[in-house]
Amino acid sequence: MRNTIFSLAGISILIGMLIFACQPNVSIETAQYAVNGQKLYVTHCKSCHGAKGEGLGMLYPPLTDTTYLLKHRDQLACIVRNGMTGPIEVHGKSYEGDMPANPELTNVDIAYILTYITTTFGNSTETYTQEEVKRSLADCQ
Amino acid sequence: MKLNLTTCLCAIALSSVLFACSGTVEKKLPIIGERATEERIVEGKTVVDTIYHQIPAFTFLNQDSVEITDKDFDNKVYVANFFFTHCPSICPTMQRNLLKVYEKYKDDERVAFLSHSIDFKYDSPSVLKSYAEKLGVTNEQWQFVTGEKKDIYGIADKYLVYTKEDENAPGGYDHQSYLVLVDSQKHIRGAYDGTNDEHVAQLFNDLEILLKEQ
Repeated sequence: MRNTIFSLAGISILIGMLIFACQPNVSIETAQYAVNGQKLYVTHCKSCHGAKGEGLGMLYPPLTDTTYLLKHRDQLACIVRNGMTGPIEVHGKSYEGDMPANPELTNVDIAYILTYITTTFGNSTETYTQEEVKRSLADCQ
Repeated sequence: MKLNLTTCLCAIALSSVLFACSGTVEKKLPIIGERATEERIVEGKTVVDTIYHQIPAFTFLNQDSVEITDKDFDNKVYVANFFFTHCPSICPTMQRNLLKVYEKYKDDERVAFLSHSIDFKYDSPSVLKSYAEKLGVTNEQWQFVTGEKKDIYGIADKYLVYTKEDENAPGGYDHQSYLVLVDSQKHIRGAYDGTNDEHVAQLFNDLEILLKEQ
């Protein structure tokens, strides 16, 4: 009986260690945003930009240019909501064409999606907050 | 307990032998579509022939504004689909997957690809040309064609793919994302959902099976 308790305790500690080992260095809130964002990404973005943000040829740019994501962080919400018309330079290549607007996405949806993109494809560890979305959208070019 | 283990091992050994044997049976792809029979008289006897569904003759304009006909696909296995360049929903995934097949069989003259645009208003040859180049298609093995509305939508029916102009659909056109596998006799031998990874994997398998048969 005592052995069983000991081994059970041992196993649960092991599992706990495993779970923590797998956690990236982001807060629980960021992780939650990213999980919700992934679902929305699959519905709204994946077809063109790919499951791994790899883009498609010279038709649709990849979302893996960490410098672009960092430098244009305050414009990302506008791009998602209003779409954009090229040219746009990503990974040193110029992409032309139109990205359609996504007027159906709410501010919180956009915060989820951008947290997913910037932490998964980019190297951000922070939540793309709803306030950030709001600020960005107020200032679209 | 020991007995159980031995039984178990025996069963595994036996089943692996069984599976090893079934691997040698050659698989053949079905011929898809409606079929009819035709009776004819050969040397005084009546013989019944099966007439299989076939892709009829066609003429379309490709990305270089050159006429492309069914003759260009004679003695080839080809994959056909329906898309449009401004399609925001299923097309990019479908074309991404077809591009993988194209890249595997690039410069293999037994295999060709044929994408029909269902946006007869916008997708002129020059638009298709730019699309093909950006997608990464660099030779004539993959043709992008446009044509009269009735011809494109008519041939879609023959490939058993649903296409419709629909202002409520994303981008203005509704269509299915099938990648249709056609043999050298213009018979449909398979249809795979170009947005489903498992179906696309099946297409890779079936294409090999079909090439062995030709």
